[in-house]
Amino acid sequence: MDPTSLTITQLREAYLREELTPADAITSIAESIEAKDGEIGGYLSHDLELAHADAAKADLDAPLGGVPIAIKDLISVSGQPCSCASQMLAGTYTAPYDATVIRKLREAGAIPFGRTNMDEFAMGSSNENSGIKPCRNPHDLERIPGGSSGGSAAVVAANTAIAALGTDTGGSIRQPASLCGVVGLKPTYGRVSRYGLVAFASSLDQCGPMTKTVADSALLLNALAGPCGRDSTYLDVEPVDFTEFLGQDIAGKKIGLPKEYFAEGLDPGVKEKVESAIDELASLGAEVVEISLPNTEHAIATYYVIATAEASANLARFDGVRYGHRSEQSDLISHYEQSRAEGFGDEVQRRIILGTYVLSSGYYDAYYLRAQKVRTLIRRDFEEAFSKVDLIASPTSPTTAFKLGEKTDDPLAMYLADIYTISANLAGICGISVPCGTHEGLPVGLQLLGPAMDEAALLQVAHAYEQSR
Amino acid sequence: MDIKKVAHLARLALTEEESARYQTQIEKILGYVEQLQQIDVDGIEPTAHAAPVFDTYREDELHEDTLSTEAVLSNAPATAHGQIKMPKVID
Repeated sequence: MDPTSLTITQLREAYLREELTPADAITSIAESIEAKDGEIGGYLSHDLELAHADAAKADLDAPLGGVPIAIKDLISVSGQPCSCASQMLAGTYTAPYDATVIRKLREAGAIPFGRTNMDEFAMGSSNENSGIKPCRNPHDLERIPGGSSGGSAAVVAANTAIAALGTDTGGSIRQPASLCGVVGLKPTYGRVSRYGLVAFASSLDQCGPMTKTVADSALLLNALAGPCGRDSTYLDVEPVDFTEFLGQDIAGKKIGLPKEYFAEGLDPGVKEKVESAIDELASLGAEVVEISLPNTEHAIATYYVIATAEASANLARFDGVRYGHRSEQSDLISHYEQSRAEGFGDEVQRRIILGTYVLSSGYYDAYYLRAQKVRTLIRRDFEEAFSKVDLIASPTSPTTAFKLGEKTDDPLAMYLADIYTISANLAGICGISVPCGTHEGLPVGLQLLGPAMDEAALLQVAHAYEQSR
Repeated sequence: MDIKKVAHLARLALTEEESARYQTQIEKILGYVEQLQQIDVDGIEPTAHAAPVFDTYREDELHEDTLSTEAVLSNAPATAHGQIKMPKVID
């Protein structure tokens, strides 16, 4: 049995039947990384010795007992690097503590194994902004895996991981999941603690699972959700066993199709796959209706004002003083300016400059405050929609994976590819991307969006669809 | 946009080439963002956070797993006497 191709559920069963041990799984994954990851570039590093030490003391009765999970390189794991794929932190920074999500994974018995590639500080949609090395789509090595959690999606798709954690600020879990043909879940804002994650845009960031199946997504979310005490935005809600909803009938679920998400710009091949997935949901008993999210056209502009503003503030901490790259200069201002210029890559610098500009005196009201007001309109669109339907269905991405280099010279063209994912972050709701076939050999993802705190419905419907295929 | 002024506010030293390139790219993005000016937002409250949570309190007590000084200093580029070393702030 090759453990690398297994899902979490299958791996757990193999452990309990004593066909495999966690050490076998770690060894096989390390071998598959050795064999395949050279050309994919999904991992930035992995600590085999540490993983074997964790495997040796794994509690196989725990819900994720002995299951290795690949971790996006902006999530702190004590004693391991956390570079955010940036020269600012690469080679010099070792996380001194575990993020809450890592503590929770460990409590559930899982083993954090491997640091996955990403766009630098999670800024990008293609993984081409990695400051370390490019990452490629396992379905076609000339193409991008998506981003920013491109490495996490690629390693799950390539069977060089069982499952992974990603983060999603404007689609960074769902879009790469779609382009690589895996399941990616962005939980509701406030569902999962961000303590120990390197912040990009704090009013938008969420951490979630990237898996081979919807059932694995539910299992991982069970472990990740829950109180933290160290993230003030964590919403204190009753715990839910997300696996309970898997297999439940979806007859009568009302699913809305936003007409703005099926308009100009959507690749006809992607549209066809998504529409046949929606037909499948209808044949399972879901009631499909057209809805409108009228402020969709303003979502990208709103996002790139708010996200860059927040990023410019969050990334001020990288000043060459307490950690990260330092340029030795005799005066303080040059110390700051050179350390940051040498440490940050182009896209990060562009976003910091844009964010600083929209927050600067004389421009704040026209850009930042106005964007926050438009954000209210976008949020209301979803409130209105969810008063009529249980879930929303759409494509995750307007196209399949594009080629490396195709959009690198035009940051705006890259931003426009986030059109279907970005609004969920602005509205703080939850969303999932689930594979719905391929177009010209490349994976297509069906996105389901749900109201805040209704991941259960997302997982239930996504699972019903997945099982029907 | 005066890119040199903004870059200085952001504490980023740019080369002439970077200044010119970023200026063109950012102005294109700002041109796109201009659409926000056309939307009627009169009387609309701004959304700062998606979820209506503003303060989550915990007991004011020491966490047992608070990092040691050594752990805090372990990533600093330069240290001396249990503190972080850096260029002089005040002459």
